[in-house]
Parts: sequence; structure tokens; C-alpha cells
Amino acid sequence: MTDRIRTAPRPDLLVVETSEGAQGLQSRSETSKDELGREVGSVLRVSGLTLDPNDVDFDRQDDETMIINMGPAHPSTHGVLRLMLELDGEFVLRTKPVIGYLHTGMEKTGEQLTYTQGATNVTRMDYVSPIANELNYSMAVEKLLGIEVPERAIWIRMMMAELNRIVSHLVWMATNGMDLGATSMMIYGFRERELVLAFFEKTAGLRLNLNYVRPGGVAADLPDGWQDDVAVICETIDARTYEYDQLLTGQPIFRERMVGVAPITAEEAIALSVTGPVLRSTGVAWDLRRAMPYLAYDQVEFDVIVGTYGDNFDRYAIRLNEIRESVKIVRQCLDMMPKGDYRVQDPKVTPPPRARIGESMEALIHHFKLFTEGMQVPVGEVYSAVESPRGELGCYLVSDGSSKPYRLHVRGPSFVNLQAIPLLMRGGSLSDAITVISTVDPIMGEVDR
Amino acid sequence: MIALPARSPEGVITSEGLACDLLCFATIEQYPKLVRAFKNAGFQMAIDVCGVDYLEQMDRPLPEGVVATRFEVVVNLLNMVKKERVRIRVQAGTDNPEVASLFDLYPGVEAMEREAYDMFGILFSKHPDMTRILMPEDWEGHPLRKDYGVGRVPVQFKEAPGPR
Repeated sequence: MTDRIRTAPRPDLLVVETSEGAQGLQSRSETSKDELGREVGSVLRVSGLTLDPNDVDFDRQDDETMIINMGPAHPSTHGVLRLMLELDGEFVLRTKPVIGYLHTGMEKTGEQLTYTQGATNVTRMDYVSPIANELNYSMAVEKLLGIEVPERAIWIRMMMAELNRIVSHLVWMATNGMDLGATSMMIYGFRERELVLAFFEKTAGLRLNLNYVRPGGVAADLPDGWQDDVAVICETIDARTYEYDQLLTGQPIFRERMVGVAPITAEEAIALSVTGPVLRSTGVAWDLRRAMPYLAYDQVEFDVIVGTYGDNFDRYAIRLNEIRESVKIVRQCLDMMPKGDYRVQDPKVTPPPRARIGESMEALIHHFKLFTEGMQVPVGEVYSAVESPRGELGCYLVSDGSSKPYRLHVRGPSFVNLQAIPLLMRGGSLSDAITVISTVDPIMGEVDR
Repeated sequence: MIALPARSPEGVITSEGLACDLLCFATIEQYPKLVRAFKNAGFQMAIDVCGVDYLEQMDRPLPEGVVATRFEVVVNLLNMVKKERVRIRVQAGTDNPEVASLFDLYPGVEAMEREAYDMFGILFSKHPDMTRILMPEDWEGHPLRKDYGVGRVPVQFKEAPGPR
């Protein structure tokens, strides 16, 4: 069994505590020819696609190159991403992401929590877009339960998910600006985000890990006067995106570092299972909201933004325009928000209102049962996916008929998209490596789970 | 429900799955052939690979003819043209689970297969880089297995409980 597992000596010269053994990038003298071919950017792993044997510099010696370590505490790696880079001068030859520094065993934790509690767990995975996580998890549970959520809950969920996409892309714009030295963008991005977070706080009581979308509906109805808040948010953010446009899009330094840097083709992106803005930047119009509509996305009008060249600039432009499209969807939600229940009226799934517990024995029993035992979910397994701001966020859920998931697996788009990084960085300079990490937009909470 | 690709291997059992277009069950031998047939039928993307440990669920409901094993590898494939999803549940063995790697067909499964190895100890033969991905290199055991001792390792900042 052990001969199938890749092993590597831990070099004595390196401090042993910082060596990751076989997980890390090995020096050339310890890398076989085949392995080197694969490692030189993931694209060379695609047999017969773009593989050019002459492109692989096999005969380079160890003393010509240098392996350096970037992260896990580097400010530009957006968390605890560690990259091992093989450099020739200032140019990157090989890259290997080493992850797991934020691994907290959330999938294992998910097996210990009831379905009601589960949303608090998954919302902490991708902490920049918590609503997408909760939505994904709740939809998987609802599919197993076989329940339909009320119309109003669907529209509230959709509106909150789109507001969350705006927040997520704003954080991306801010940090991307920061990485490139456009520090004013950092301030602006977080300033606008504050608007939406204030609305989240008003609605759900929390700003970040909301636990707002729950199996069966949402936690609370929208607050009084939400129309005004949302209208202000839409108006402000829509206008501000044009300011960002002025600030960044034509800016020569910004363009110099974005246009034509780190391109990826559609074939490569699909082969590497890359989704989200990185895939759309190559011209593939794949957006689950349009391709496999969930919630009420088939009833609203929006455009799927695609790029052409798959470079850094396309990924920037897609995210900027997706903010505008999300604003468009939120405006339609504002107009079309139906009246009715905000959660399904099934006492086995949703707790009774607080006021009912004092006057109804049945409500008290349901409340007690729900919070001590949790809801009973029929035996089965389901895979359900939504389009998170980073790509396809999937949830594979196995139920054994009890009140806790037997297996909770989350397909994090950041985790999978990270595989494109060695390919994108190949041949670029070290300073471009920063922009590549930024435009792929990995959220380490979701990568490591 | 969509049909199986024309040249699918014998013995694959299918049924209508919940929220997917087709659910297939395969043995370790049928699995690579089945995935190849699906890839030729236009499923361009391997969207997800994960493992499941059915230690406490050996009597789980399965279609007739499927021999339950402790470990399952669950693969989700996506056809982006026809907008179809296929889920394949591979009975991956009980004692030394090992299945073929899909790396040659879908390079994007590299990290996902490493995760399944790290969490469940399921080996993927011919995988180019079968190492742990989330846990440290010298970690003992595979955390998502059902018989993994939770609390076995003393945790900092806590009164460390003894091995459970």
C-alpha cells in the first residue's frame, strides 16, 4: 500500500518544522522527468492538449534555480495560502500551493451537528460569502426532505444572495486594488461593503456569519422599511461602480499589470474543473444561475458576463460588471417581492414563533423536539450546487435517517480553482504572482474547510 | 432521465437519483471505463470527487446487484452543453480501498482525489502526487473515517481529554 504514496526525504538543511515533506515542491534533483513535466504548470498535465515537450526545461540544474516560500503569512496571499515557487531570476518556473493551514475539520464537525445547527457551521467556510454557503446547504437539506419553500422565502434568499455577491466582489475589488498598490480602492471597496453589511445586520442580526438562510426558509422576515434600504444600496453601489471604473479601468499602471497577464484558455479551465469568474473570463458562458436555474433566477433578467482572453483584466472586468448585474437582480427582487410566509409552515422543520410557545402545548412540544433532537431527514444522498461568487459551490449530503448528516461534503470553488495557479503563474514574474493569487480569488476558509 | 452512453461497460446499475439526471453504481473495475464512456459522451468536467465511509451503514439501501463496501467514491460529472449532471457511486473496497485515478481524463480531480486520500485513506492508483493535502505530512490516521478517534490528539488551550 505504501509504495503508491509519494514520499520525499525531509531535507536536513531546511529547518524541519517548516518542511512539508512530499507535500512541498521538491528540488529538481529529486524530481523525475515525468513529474517535472506535470509540475511545470498544470496545463502540461493535460495530455495532448497544450503539452509541448520542448517547453519543459529538464536539463536545468538545481543551482540555476531557487525555491522560495511565499506565505502562509504573506499579506498578499489573502489568508494562509503557502506557495512554493521555483524561480529563475525573477521569473516563476514551477509553483505548488501548499494548503491546510486553516483546516479545522468542518466536514467532520458537520457530522456532529444537527441539520438545524448545520447552517452555522457551513456559513463559516467561505466567510466572504456566507449566504451562498447557507443557501447551498439548505437547498441540499430541502431536497432530501422533499419540501418546497414558500415563494417569499425564495425571493428573499435570492435578494440576499445577490447582495452577498456584491459584498464579495467589493471585497475582491478592494483587496485586488490593495495588492496592486491602489490603496484608495481598498478604502472605497470596504466603504460600500459597509452599506450592505449594515443591512445584513438589520435583517439577520449579524454582519458576517449570518446563519440567515436555514433549511425551510430564512431566519427572519425582512425588516420594516427594507425597500428604502435596498433602494439606497442599489443606487449607491450602481453609481459607485462607475467611479471604480474611472479609478481603475483606464489607469495605466493598473492596465500594465492586468492586461494580458496570466491568460488561461477555455480548454485548460474546463480540464482543471475551474468554475466561476475564472472560467467565464475565457469566454465560456457558464453560470449556474442561467444554466441550471435554482431559486427564481429564471424569472429575473440579468446578463452572464464573459471575457475573451482569460487574463487578469478579464477577471477584473467580469467581477466589476457582475456587481452591476447583481444590482439589477436586487432591483427586480425589490419590485417583485411576493407576500406570504418567509419559511415553510411545517412544524417538523421550522420552530414555532416565540409567542405561540407560551399558549400552545403542541408548539412547545415541536419546539422542544426540534431543538433537542433536530429534524428527521429521510435516508438518501444528494448533490446540490449554487453559483457562489467564486464558482460552483456544491454540497454532497448523505443522510442515514437520523437528525445529523451522515456525511457532509462541500465542494469549495476556491479549493478547485487553486489548481489553476501553477498554470497561470508559469513564466510570469514574481510580481505577477501577486496579481494571479488576487484574481483567482481563493478564500482560504473554503479551501481548507 | 438521460440514457447511459452507448458503449458503457456491462454491469453498471443505474437509477434515477435525487436532483441529478443519472445515478450510476460501479465496481472498481467498471469505474474507469464508465467515466471514459461518459467523457466521450460529452461530459467535459469532473465537478466533484469525494469519499464516503459507510462503516455504520453497511446495510444501506442499494439497488439489487450492488455489493456494498465500506468506502465509496462519489464522482459528479457535468455536461456543460446539454446541462446534465451524472453521479457515479463507486464501491471502493473495505480494507484497502483503492480505485483508479481519473487524472488522465480530468486533470482537475487532482486536488479532490488528494483530499479523499487524506481524509479517508482511499488510494487512487496512478495519481501523480498521492500525498496528504489538508493534514500535515506526518499525521496519523484519516480524520473523516468513522472509526477515527475524535479527541485522540490533545488540543492546545483545552483540558486535553484522554483517548476516547
